[in-house]
Amino acid sequence: CCVTRRSRGRNYEAELQRCRPEAAPVEFGDYHPLKPIMVTDTKSRRGARKGSTSSSSSSSSSAPADPLSSMLDGTDPLSMFAAASVSEKKREKEEEVVGPDFEPWSSKRGEILARFTTTEKLSINLFMGSDKGKAPSPGSSAVSEKVRTRLEELDDLEEGSQRELLNLSQQDYANRIEELNQSLKEAWASDQKVKALKIVIQCSKLLSDTSVIQFYPSKFVLITDILDTFGRLVYDRIWTMCSDPRPLPDSFTVDDVNDTAKETCLNWFFKIASIRELLPRLYVEAAILKCNRFLNKTGIQETLPRLTAMIRGIGDPLVAAYTRAYLCRVGMEVAPHLKDSLNRNFFDLLGTFRQVSGESVQNQLVQQRVEVPEYLTLYSPAINWILQCIAYRAPEPLLTEMMERCKKLGNNALLLNSVMRAFRPEFVAARATDFIGMIKDCDEAGFPKHLLFGSLGRSLACADPPESERLTILNEAWKVVTKVRSPQVEYRCYDYICDHTFYYVSITFIHLSFISRSQKREVNTVLADIIKHMTPDRAFEDAYPQLQSVIRKILTYFQDFSVLFSMERFLPFLDMFQKDSVRVEVCRSIMEVFIKHQVELTRDPVILNAMLHICKTMHDSVNALTLEDEKRSLALLIIGFIRMVSFGRDFEQQLSFCVEARATFCNLEPVLVQLIHTVNHQLRTFITIPSLSSIFSRLSLYLLSGQVALANQCLSQADAFLKAAVGILPDVPRSISVEGKLRSSESFLLDFINNFLATLLVVPDHPEHGVLYLVRGLLNMVQDYTWEDNSDAKVRVYVSALPLLAAMSQETYLYSIPKVDSNETLYGGDPKFLSEINKLCETLIGQILDNLKALGRDESTRRQGALAFSLFGVLLAHGDLRNNKLSQLAVNLWNLCHKHGYCETGISVRTLEYIKHQAQQHDMTHLTDTVQRLALQSRT
Amino acid sequence: LEIVLDYIFKRCCFCVQEVVAGVILLVCKEALQHHGISLSMEGLVNLQLSSKSVGVFEAFYNSVKPIQLISSNIEVAKAGKVPAGKTEIPFEFPLITKGNKVLYETYHGVFVNIQYTLRCDMKRSLLAKDLSRNCEFIVHCQPQKAKVVPTPVNFTITPDTLQNIRERSSLPKFLIRGHLDATNCVISQPLTGEVVVENSDVAIKSIELQLVRVETCGCAEGYARDATEIQNIQIAEGDVCHGLAIPIYMVFPRLFTCPTLETTNFKVEFEVNIVIVLHDDHLITENFPLKLCRV
Repeated sequence: CCVTRRSRGRNYEAELQRCRPEAAPVEFGDYHPLKPIMVTDTKSRRGARKGSTSSSSSSSSSAPADPLSSMLDGTDPLSMFAAASVSEKKREKEEEVVGPDFEPWSSKRGEILARFTTTEKLSINLFMGSDKGKAPSPGSSAVSEKVRTRLEELDDLEEGSQRELLNLSQQDYANRIEELNQSLKEAWASDQKVKALKIVIQCSKLLSDTSVIQFYPSKFVLITDILDTFGRLVYDRIWTMCSDPRPLPDSFTVDDVNDTAKETCLNWFFKIASIRELLPRLYVEAAILKCNRFLNKTGIQETLPRLTAMIRGIGDPLVAAYTRAYLCRVGMEVAPHLKDSLNRNFFDLLGTFRQVSGESVQNQLVQQRVEVPEYLTLYSPAINWILQCIAYRAPEPLLTEMMERCKKLGNNALLLNSVMRAFRPEFVAARATDFIGMIKDCDEAGFPKHLLFGSLGRSLACADPPESERLTILNEAWKVVTKVRSPQVEYRCYDYICDHTFYYVSITFIHLSFISRSQKREVNTVLADIIKHMTPDRAFEDAYPQLQSVIRKILTYFQDFSVLFSMERFLPFLDMFQKDSVRVEVCRSIMEVFIKHQVELTRDPVILNAMLHICKTMHDSVNALTLEDEKRSLALLIIGFIRMVSFGRDFEQQLSFCVEARATFCNLEPVLVQLIHTVNHQLRTFITIPSLSSIFSRLSLYLLSGQVALANQCLSQADAFLKAAVGILPDVPRSISVEGKLRSSESFLLDFINNFLATLLVVPDHPEHGVLYLVRGLLNMVQDYTWEDNSDAKVRVYVSALPLLAAMSQETYLYSIPKVDSNETLYGGDPKFLSEINKLCETLIGQILDNLKALGRDESTRRQGALAFSLFGVLLAHGDLRNNKLSQLAVNLWNLCHKHGYCETGISVRTLEYIKHQAQQHDMTHLTDTVQRLALQSRT
Repeated sequence: LEIVLDYIFKRCCFCVQEVVAGVILLVCKEALQHHGISLSMEGLVNLQLSSKSVGVFEAFYNSVKPIQLISSNIEVAKAGKVPAGKTEIPFEFPLITKGNKVLYETYHGVFVNIQYTLRCDMKRSLLAKDLSRNCEFIVHCQPQKAKVVPTPVNFTITPDTLQNIRERSSLPKFLIRGHLDATNCVISQPLTGEVVVENSDVAIKSIELQLVRVETCGCAEGYARDATEIQNIQIAEGDVCHGLAIPIYMVFPRLFTCPTLETTNFKVEFEVNIVIVLHDDHLITENFPLKLCRV
């Protein structure tokens, strides 16, 4: 069955024109399975659910609802009615209610607890004996614990006895308070309301104790947690009393509350009103402020100002400030629309602020050996909170008024600081000059001025001051900074260090925001300054986050890396990051910015050196324990850098760079691959390839290198690469590991060979070797390769080699490389060449047919059919079917693949249609005959 | 056998001339045989002499026996059976006195107690104990018709205004001013006012409001007058800011206060003391008699 096979002539251009599909815009359907399901409002239709139309509901949020809850929403008639009536009111309310942009107390909590700590011994003084069978707190020595619990038990016999816990560490203290919180809940659950109230009163009494004053803010946090618990318990209890027969709606009024509930509620208020001491009375009443809703409409509105005024009775300014903070906190939660008492609180705070310098406070500080600056920082959480509440969505005039009042009433540095921190950055920035004036004039009272500039800087970092004022602000700030830069600044406590570094950071921010464009000199100075201050005693170790933020800020302004690296202090600044993880993180962020913003290729030695340094740092962090992902991302970053490096036509330089890079980044394989790619552009054979472990990277790199060599008219190199690729083909293992799983390598290999074949079209034959030397070589390799058993891969390679040969026999090739003469021109359609091709085709087809026969014998008819069909396809596309034998072969193949009915009818029909369509072309009319001979087997 | 006898009142307190209404609640596991259930209401004023007065005023011992204000008795159920489970028997009593007796407001004091009780008795066979249950209910006197015009009182306290001191020269200098919004107070409204520490050489330790009851028991022959503290409310703690007005605010506690009362046999009056404790433990007190009323 030897058939003279001829490939038909092709006109690629025309074919391409014909084949180009009409552009049809893809419409994105409304429906997408991954889109969140939107539930339409249940008011309109019960349980109605439209696939993906957006929600028309007014009150319900359009968050993706899960189907279960939406079902519930839809079918519960009670909540439907409730929702209908509530939503109206809700909408009105929502305008004033606190939005998500209000930073809640819960987020401040942890910060305060972490910041205000002490190593001094604390004590809890409780006037009651109640908690029996308490779990012993961990951490205390066994003996003393035993003795103590025994004593406690003795005490417990007597109600109302005094119990004092001494020598508690901070952790013990927190544990004790938590225990109290638990016993409060227990007492409440077991209906011991009086005991619960007693616990709360005793706890709030602890807040009047200012011994170990450094711990006070944390103590406040711990104890107000208990108060919050209590407030919730009372509210919930009264709430449930009214929930019969149905629960109260959220927006209930006094009329919905029954008499028993009212009476209970009133009782609580009477009880609290008779608490002897001021502070517990205030705190506990504030805790149950929300319960006023059960009694009358105006209750909260009247109580808040009264409580605010009562705080005036607290002599200790710190205690008073925190009480105000608590009241504001409760007020914000219960009645955020009542701004007046918030303001009132702040004004009162201003009014009493002179007490800080009063005799009582000073005596106390001397006694506790606490410095004034440190003492003042204790106020900041409270004042910041109050100001945050006030400043929240406050109109501009109010803020101006606040500022004026601060100025009038003492113009205290601490207050000024809080004002700058609490108010919107835009507001502060717009009045930056005023603020600077206030900072200059203000009464320092132990509060360092540079902290004020720090806070100002914080705002200016977020919002720009008016253009005209920038220079003045900068100069003023710089004056203060230079003055402070004396070694007398002592780091007394940890917070102070934080604040101190923060000041530098902020100053940097100020700078950077002004000189963002060009003046690197100033930034350099600032960096030098930071280095100078942070280096002694390795102070930088405590300030990594701050220093990192400096880097971040610099990066946002300096996207021109040549400018950035020409700052001589930048790299020394980087050297301060001596902790590995932080260092790598910093390098990483620099790289990210570099990759993002460096648009042009560069050969700037400054950039290259610095970047190499940075990349080396990243690379050196890789060790045996580094995760794959981590490595990959690092490699990506480094690759990003290498890609940006180009020396233009100066190959020598490029090569030496690559060599250096190779030496530096030897641990990251992807980087090496990238280096090879880079070098290929410069056409240097590279000995790196064999060092790669992955055979497929090697193969594809050889291929790629060969292609690049061709593109650069280096025929011999191309030949060498391709030969090398063919040479290592037999080494390809049968299975490789992909993402940790063992997979057959066959499909990869097939892909590679197809790719290779496509390249071979343009590779001119080596003059010393025979015609189609490479093609033959490859086919020989394919033949010798140990393919998987029961695999048609080899035959598939043969089948796919046929189109190549067909393409090679064309007068003009489908593609070519500029300035490289492919075989088309070398041979110029020489009949000898064509006959060589034909011979080769024949051999191949013969091989394929043999194989088909063998398959037929093995009864692997399905595989036989598939192969036959693919060969048929190739013949149809590339063969000249005017040749009778060939067309006979095609028909035979067609029949063969339909013989066993494994051929999909759809494909067959489409193929037939295609042939008919082809037959209409003017030079393809012969196909009509063929078509008629192709019988479509109807599926039985 | 377990029997629970209880009351549920319609309201928490009743005004004079109103009707005390509620239900008697009987819970028993088995049916209960009884010889009749009766309910009695009684209002009493109990006077007591303080130990220090007893010797001096033994003469009017007689006048110290309880004064009955109101008493009535009704039979709720005739002898019969109460079924097992929960039984509710509603009842009503009018709060109206015979003759010209006046019903005073409920008040719990030290020497004077005005109390209204309801007592339910269940008579049972000889073998079983009689059951009875006492319960107090609160009575408010009728609101005053006349409007209360607040009478503000201003005060200034300096070392010179003080009486009752031995060595005026040893006193530190201070000036405390303030005012009470009214001394004729409505009992359901808090006592309000302001106090300002204008200056003080010694730090203030605490400022407190002391509510004092002044109870007088007696007759034509003589009387015993005793002042005792009801409650003490701190309004300032520590060295308060000078020149800043600190609010005076005190809620009158229920039961322990009543509208100021003056009868032939006894008097109940109230006073408030503003107590200023200095850091050197000097105690400065300013006294204000109050007149409480209900509107």
